[in-house]
Amino acid sequence: MSGAPLGAGRHLLSVADLGAEGIEEVLRVADAFVEVGRRPIPKVPALRGRTVVTLFAEESTRTRLSFETAARRLSADVMSCPMAGSSVKKGESLRDTVETVNAMGVDAFVVRHPSAGAPAQVAQWVDAAVVNAGDGWHEHPTQALLDCYTIRQVLAERAGTDPASAGTAGFRGLKVAVVGDVRHSRVARSLVWALGALGARTTVVAPGSLVPTSFDDWPLEAVTHDLDAVLGDVDVCYLLRLQLERGAGAYLPSVREYTSAYGLTARRAALLGEGAVVMHPGPMNRGVEIADDVAELPASTVLRQVRNGVAVRMAVLFLLLGSGGAVEDPAAGGAGD
Amino acid sequence: MVPVTDAPGADTPPIVVRGGTVVDATGERRADLLVVGDRLAAVGPDLEVPSGARLVEAGGCVVAPGLVDLHTHLRQPGAEEAETIETGARAAALGGYCAVVAMPNTDPPVDSAAVAADVLALGRKAVCRVEVAGAITVGRAGERLAPMGELAALGVRLFTDDGAGVQDAGVMRRALEYARGLESRGLPVVLGQHCETDSLTAGGVMHEGAWSSRLGVPGAPAESEELMVARDIALVRLTGGRVHFLHLSTARSLAMVAAAKAEGLAVTAEVTPHHLTLADEELAGYDPIYKVNPPLRTAADAAGVRRACAAGVVDAVATDHAPHPPEAKATTLQDAAPGMLGLETALAVTLDALTGATAAPAMALGAVLGLLSWGPARIAGLAVDQGGDQGGPLVAGAPANLFVFDPEERWEVDPARLASRSRNTPWAGRTLRGRVRHTVWRGEPVVVDGEAQR
Repeated sequence: MSGAPLGAGRHLLSVADLGAEGIEEVLRVADAFVEVGRRPIPKVPALRGRTVVTLFAEESTRTRLSFETAARRLSADVMSCPMAGSSVKKGESLRDTVETVNAMGVDAFVVRHPSAGAPAQVAQWVDAAVVNAGDGWHEHPTQALLDCYTIRQVLAERAGTDPASAGTAGFRGLKVAVVGDVRHSRVARSLVWALGALGARTTVVAPGSLVPTSFDDWPLEAVTHDLDAVLGDVDVCYLLRLQLERGAGAYLPSVREYTSAYGLTARRAALLGEGAVVMHPGPMNRGVEIADDVAELPASTVLRQVRNGVAVRMAVLFLLLGSGGAVEDPAAGGAGD
Repeated sequence: MVPVTDAPGADTPPIVVRGGTVVDATGERRADLLVVGDRLAAVGPDLEVPSGARLVEAGGCVVAPGLVDLHTHLRQPGAEEAETIETGARAAALGGYCAVVAMPNTDPPVDSAAVAADVLALGRKAVCRVEVAGAITVGRAGERLAPMGELAALGVRLFTDDGAGVQDAGVMRRALEYARGLESRGLPVVLGQHCETDSLTAGGVMHEGAWSSRLGVPGAPAESEELMVARDIALVRLTGGRVHFLHLSTARSLAMVAAAKAEGLAVTAEVTPHHLTLADEELAGYDPIYKVNPPLRTAADAAGVRRACAAGVVDAVATDHAPHPPEAKATTLQDAAPGMLGLETALAVTLDALTGATAAPAMALGAVLGLLSWGPARIAGLAVDQGGDQGGPLVAGAPANLFVFDPEERWEVDPARLASRSRNTPWAGRTLRGRVRHTVWRGEPVVVDGEAQR
C-alpha cells in the first residue's frame, strides 16, 4: 500500500483512530477537491489505475453514490457490489464474498454493513484499504468528516476568512448539541469523537430510551433530555434522523410525542441564538425531527453537507490510495488529459 | 506399548501410576496407584509393579479423580459437522475428563426417551462416560413439560432447556413441582436453568455496558440473567424444588446464590472457565470468537466470579463447550453463532484463574479440582456415594477414573491440534500452564502422554 498515512493506519474504520491531526489533514485535502468540484470537468487523474469497490450490505443510495462519484472524480475504476442481494441469498459468507472480490485486484473496499465491526473484520481478511461507510450503530466516519468540513466552512464564511487558513481552531470551545436517537446512531458515534478530538463542547440531547447504556469515556460536555434548555446556547444544532424504518418507534410512546419534545419546530428554531447552524445527515423526516420550514432556513446546511461529502470522500480515498508525494497538490493534473 | 482393547476395562493388563502426588477430596499425598480391571487395587507409596503391568509415569505430576463436565454440547444428533459424541468425548478425555453431561439442544432435541436412548447408546462407545441432560419442555419451547419421568427412568438426572431459559414462571413452577414428585419416586432429578430473560436480551450480542455502547453493538444486560436467578430462587422457595444455575456470569447473580444457600434453599451454581478469565473488552476488535452466551461480562464481574469460587458459593466449573464449524464464526458479530470450545483448555484456564496471580484469594489446588470433579459429580448424580463412579477419593477399591497432569507445563494452544471437530477456541495462540498427561477411565488408559489412545 503506497497511500499517505491517514491518521495512524491504512484503513478508515473509526474516526477515533484519526485524532485531531488526521481530521485536519482530511479537511485540508478536501479543500483542494472542493475546488476540483467547481471545474467544468471535475476530474483529476490522482487514482488512475486504482480500483475501488463499494460493498453495501445495506442499501444507502446517497452514501454509495457519494463514494462512487468521489472515486470516479479521482479517475479510479469503480466496482459496485450490492451485498443485500445475490451472493448472500446463495449462502455465500461475507468472508467468501470479500475474498472473491479481493482476488480480482482491489485497492480499496468501501463497506456498509448492518453489523457493527464488519469493516474492521473485512480489514483483517484483505490486503486492500478499507473505508467504513457505516457499520450498524457503530460509526460512519466520512459523515463526521464531512460534517466537520461543513462546520469549518460555515465558520470561515461568517468570519470572512479563508477556511484553509483557519484550520480547525474554530472548533475549540464550539458548543454543539447532537439531538435524537443517539443509542442507535452511527452518525452520532463518529461525530461525538470527531468533535471531541477537535476540542468542541458536545452535548447529547435525547429521550431517556434513546441514549446509550453508558457514556463512559465519551468526550461529552453533558447529556440532557431537555432540548429547550440547551437551544439558546449552542453554535451548532445537529439533528439525527429518527430511524423509524428500523424500529426506533418502539422506543417512544409516539412520533408525535417525540416531535413535540425533540423536533426542531419553527418555535424551537426561534430559540436558537443568532448565527447558530442547523445540521442534519439526511435523509430528513420532515415534520418529525425537523420542521419543513426550518429545513429551508438559511441556517440549515443540509444540501451543503451533501455537496461537501463528495470532496471529503475524495480526500479520504486519495489519502489512503494516492502516492504520498502528491499530497502537496492532490488536485494537480486537471481534467484536460 | 501394551495394546489396548476396545472394551473399557476388560482384559487390560494392570496399570501402575507411579511417582505422582494424589489430590482428591480427602487431601494430598504422595502415592502410586495400582489399577486392576476397572478398579483401584492398591494406593500407597512405592507400590511394587506386578509383572506384565503397564507403567504410567506421574513424576512431578498431580493424580486426581477424573474431571466431570456438567455442560458439554456434543452436537449429535443434528450438527455432526461441529462435533460428534465420539470426537467430543475424545476432547474431554484429553482435557482430563472421565464424564460429561451432553446438553439437550440438539436437532432433534433430547425431549423424548428415544433421542436420549440414542445419545446414551452412542456414548457407550466413547472414551469417557457420556450422560445426557433432558429438556425441561417439549422442543425446548418453554410451554409443555417434556416426559421427564420417562427420561429419568433412562438415567437422565439433569434437565434443562439450555440455549434458552424457561421464560414462563408458571411453566418453571410446574416443572419444579413435577420434579419433586419424581424425587419421591426414587428418581432424583435437578432442573438446570439457562438464566436469560429474552425480553431484555432480544438482539443482544455482547454484554451491555461501556464497551457495547462505544462499539455500537447491541447489548444484553447483566440484569437479564439476574432477573431469572432471582425468579428461580423465589420459585425454589415456593416449591421446595432444586435448581442448578448454569454458567452464571455476573457478580450479583452469585451474590443471590450465596444468599439463597444461606437461607437453606436447594440451589447450586456453575461458572465457566471463560467467565472466570475473559471480559467484554475482548470484543473491541469485533472478533466473533469471543461471542458467547451468556456474554463475556465486565472485568469486575469476572473478578466477582473468581471471588465467589474462593468463597465456596460456586459448586462447579463447567465448560459450556460449544463447538461451531468455521463458517459459523467467519462472519459478522451479528450473525456469528455464540459459543466457544472448552474441554481441552478448561483445566489450565481454571487453574490459572483460581490459583494464579489474578485469583482473589488464591484457592488450594484440591479446592479447584473439587469444582472440576467431585462438585459437578454430585450435581450430576454420578458421585460414588450416589451409586455412581465419578469424583470419589482415590483409594483401594474405588473406581479407576483418574487423570494425571503436570501443573507446571506450559503449552501453546494450536486449534489445528485439538481433538474437537471444531476450532473455535478463544485461547488459540495463547500459552497456558498446566497440561494433562494421562487419563484412565474405567481402568483403561484412554490418554497416554497427551495422546488419545482411541
